[in-house]
Amino acid sequence: MALSLVFEVVRWEEKAIHAAAKKKGIDLQMINIDTLSIDLEQDKLAQFGDIALQRCLSYFKSIHLTAILESKGIQVLNPFRIASITGNKLYGTLALLRAGVPTPKTMVSFTPESALSAIEDLGYPVVLKPTMGSWGRLVASLSDRDAATSVLEDREQMFPIYRVYYLQERVKRPPRDIRAIVIGDQVVAAIYRLSAPNDWKTNTARGGKAQLCPITKELEDICAKAVNAVGGDGLYGVDLMETPNGLVVHEVNNTTEFKNTVPTTGVDIPSKIIDYLITLKK
Amino acid sequence: MKCLECDGDVKVPEDVLEGEIVSCVDCGTSYEIFRDKSGSIQIKPAKVEGEDWGE
Repeated sequence: MALSLVFEVVRWEEKAIHAAAKKKGIDLQMINIDTLSIDLEQDKLAQFGDIALQRCLSYFKSIHLTAILESKGIQVLNPFRIASITGNKLYGTLALLRAGVPTPKTMVSFTPESALSAIEDLGYPVVLKPTMGSWGRLVASLSDRDAATSVLEDREQMFPIYRVYYLQERVKRPPRDIRAIVIGDQVVAAIYRLSAPNDWKTNTARGGKAQLCPITKELEDICAKAVNAVGGDGLYGVDLMETPNGLVVHEVNNTTEFKNTVPTTGVDIPSKIIDYLITLKK
Repeated sequence: MKCLECDGDVKVPEDVLEGEIVSCVDCGTSYEIFRDKSGSIQIKPAKVEGEDWGE
């Protein structure tokens, strides 16, 4: 079985996965998406092998390449059906709600006026997020009507995707959230992500700090439900918050990062990813 | 390698992979590793973070 890893930039994660494969004697083909010229009439794309691990930074590039690879019979992790749901916060929330997974109360509007109405229904503070995007980019906490109208006015000048107003209650939680790494259907590691000083967001890409989080039965159960909701076995980073009523899932990430999780938990996630890939049968 | 901006040192690890990002130790400018036609390791300015980059 031949394996490939598709990347755009080699981050710590891709380098570690490559090293883990090498250590196991597996020839993992590293393919830079920026070098590809693909003839869609070509029957086979042999360089990708039987299974391709999708690790592109760009969501749009990755989802399009995944569609191509799958159409040529190559198994991609995560597959298109999962990536298309997890790459969009609204689709993800819909999937979680359908499956009865606890998730923050969310409203959606398509104009600033209706968004303002939704915000006031939710009650300040409200979190406005782009439906597509990562690392906390353009995620805004709207504390009052002035803040809300200012941000909504700005969004009207932006690319149309930012004019889909995805609004969430700002959950009462400790100054941290949880990132659980799921491989297949197992939670293999989890960290608390603590907000950086003077920032309410917890993204480690924004300076949030990682701390070991115990893998409890509650965490395992809710993560299992969440990944089943978005498509089943795969490679995920599940984001959760602790509320007075238990855990809630606010996002399931598709090409998850784990640079901070490995040293914090001591779990060799790159090695586990390779082990998982080689267990997959076509 | 020499930084294209300040001529400082850009340290390239021995196990570097194509597509990896390295930085100038003096000015912090980031570079992406690539191989030229002869297969030699080279650097080019790193990409700017895209709006759709991430997880």
